[in-house]
Amino acid sequence: MKRVYNLKQEVEKPPRLTGGHRLCAGCGAGVVVAGVLRALNKEDRAVVTNATGCLEVSTFMYPYTAYMDSFIHSAFENSAATCSGVEAAYNALKRRGKVEGTVKFITFGGDGGTYDIGFQSLSGAMERGHDMVYVCYDNEAYMNTGIQRSSSTPRFARTTTSPVGAKNQGKKQEKKDLTDIMVAHNIPYVAQTAPLGNFKDLHTKAYKAIYTEGPCFMNVLSPCPRGWDYPMAKLAEIIKLAVDTCVWPLFEVEEGVWHLSYMPKRKLPVEDFLRPQGRFRHMFEQGNEWMIEAAQAYVDQRWERLLERSGA
Amino acid sequence: MSDRLSGNEAVAYAMKQINPDVMGAFPITPSTEIPEYFAAYVANGEVNTEYVAVESEHSSMSVCIAAQAAGARAVCATSSCGLALMYELLYVAASCRLPITLACVNRALSGPININHDYSDSMGARDSGWIQIYAENNQEAYDNFIMAMPIGETPAVRLPVMTCMDGFITSHAVENIELLETETVRTFVGTYDPENYLLKKENPLAVGPYDISAYYMEHKVQEAEAMKAAKARILEVAAEFEKISGRSYGLFEEYQMDDAELALVLMGSTAGTAKAAVDKLREQGVKAGLVKIRVFRPFPCEELAQVLAGPKAVAVMDKSEGFSANGGPLFAETRSALYDLKDRPYVINIVYGLGGRDAKVEDIEKVFKRLADIVATGETGPVYTHMGQRSKEDMV
Repeated sequence: MKRVYNLKQEVEKPPRLTGGHRLCAGCGAGVVVAGVLRALNKEDRAVVTNATGCLEVSTFMYPYTAYMDSFIHSAFENSAATCSGVEAAYNALKRRGKVEGTVKFITFGGDGGTYDIGFQSLSGAMERGHDMVYVCYDNEAYMNTGIQRSSSTPRFARTTTSPVGAKNQGKKQEKKDLTDIMVAHNIPYVAQTAPLGNFKDLHTKAYKAIYTEGPCFMNVLSPCPRGWDYPMAKLAEIIKLAVDTCVWPLFEVEEGVWHLSYMPKRKLPVEDFLRPQGRFRHMFEQGNEWMIEAAQAYVDQRWERLLERSGA
Repeated sequence: MSDRLSGNEAVAYAMKQINPDVMGAFPITPSTEIPEYFAAYVANGEVNTEYVAVESEHSSMSVCIAAQAAGARAVCATSSCGLALMYELLYVAASCRLPITLACVNRALSGPININHDYSDSMGARDSGWIQIYAENNQEAYDNFIMAMPIGETPAVRLPVMTCMDGFITSHAVENIELLETETVRTFVGTYDPENYLLKKENPLAVGPYDISAYYMEHKVQEAEAMKAAKARILEVAAEFEKISGRSYGLFEEYQMDDAELALVLMGSTAGTAKAAVDKLREQGVKAGLVKIRVFRPFPCEELAQVLAGPKAVAVMDKSEGFSANGGPLFAETRSALYDLKDRPYVINIVYGLGGRDAKVEDIEKVFKRLADIVATGETGPVYTHMGQRSKEDMV
């Protein structure tokens, strides 16, 4: 599986997610999807599945689809089950000589469709062992309905259902650790990544996930300029800060073995990631210093645990 | 060939004979035995279906939708709350025009939780775009399942089909049944060869778009037209089925309706009880008759009106409560069907048998007695009543 990554070569491949979709400028989702699908071997076909969400309504608005491959969307909470159904059909039809060639099955859901409403469907599909990849594009809130909190929303973040007021200031709970939960499913491959820099990490992990037999899961950070409240041109910068502050560490777990993918040259303070985002603005008001301290302590504790697990 | 099978086993056996590509399997009383029997067929290598034992009915229907869209023939079975959990996806299946076949073993919906028979589950799904065919007994449950795919998969129809049987009464009672030879079934059902599907190499397909108001209405009208077209196809398939089985089916069954003055309209296994009551009353010179609705979706409106133009009084018996405060769903459809008649019969609604409350021959006789009184007095009395509950409001 050792492959030399060459961005120029990769982007010269015909795109599987075409331009003209209706995602916002500065949105991470399109970059994530294009990046994951780019990892498919040119000759292989794919069936792509989406949970209902920003991505789905922006990429398949009748009568236009942005996907060059076959695509199915059915509902919000069932994209994993849907993907598993296509894979089941493939196995049956292949066995009966009614379908030829290699077809890969990749499903994309936001954190709403993955951490929350689609969690059962995801867990079931992973446990059953379908040969599929589930990709969560994690933008840390229900963005399609207008920025409501999810279990993936980090503590203190302002959303429309965890607003900042005199009594409450943003979300009260920590972010659910879904990547960990997926590792606990004992599936062959789990990765946490982001469309960072030249997309090498995203590409390499997507390739592994797609071409590892069995159920694989990728959690991909996917910033949202509307929900996170940052200038749309700063997408790449926000991702870099998430990784360099260790708020969103990059790692993979292959057959249960943890491996850290990226060690920041200098671990930046969490406030560097928080400051450019409007959703955390209240954390910088006088008297709220404890919030930044709490956020830093949480990230440090998680980071130490990851270092320990990965032996880094 | 003759055999003695429960309704569940009969349907599982039909599935085995068909050997579908994919089954979404999740247990719920009283349909549980269907995926159990089928799992045994898979384990014994009697079928080569991809058996997907999911974690919920929601996923079972999701798997069926995806598999059928991918070009496979998909089946599943469920009851009650399982069907309710599928509710959102029933609409998706129908609107994507995916001819999935679902064996619905009818059971009361929660709450309170109850595992016995009534139609509150499938009646709740009556507007989801699925064809619904109801069985009176094991034989019909078997036959209806075999007819489902040739109906649903026809290009002019392309709608999912729900074949319904009464929980426990039909699903668990063992009866003598005539089974067809597997080869006969396979030839009759044929292969599933959709024009477009996800796994088709030559032409990628996108299914399940965001459909804005500029298109949504056209798509729903197409779906409505498909449901209209289903009626003729159901009769066509029934005629073909008669050739291989000798058993004749229509949109509904008429029993002693030629000269009936008092008639019942009802569904499912109660028809057996009602036929016994009709026979008894006929012996006493009462011109009683019965219409057993087989196809509820599409609803046989014109055909039913024709048959009900004869009797003087009609009781529609609903085995589900629609909470419209104006009668059950079968009543609403039937009374609407009668509106265009020049001379309409008296028509009343009796909601009975909820949560498995028994309806005996004597109960049906009471209903006919009430119809006779209505004809004699010209007074309908309360149009919508319940029967069989322990309360003074029992009007029959």
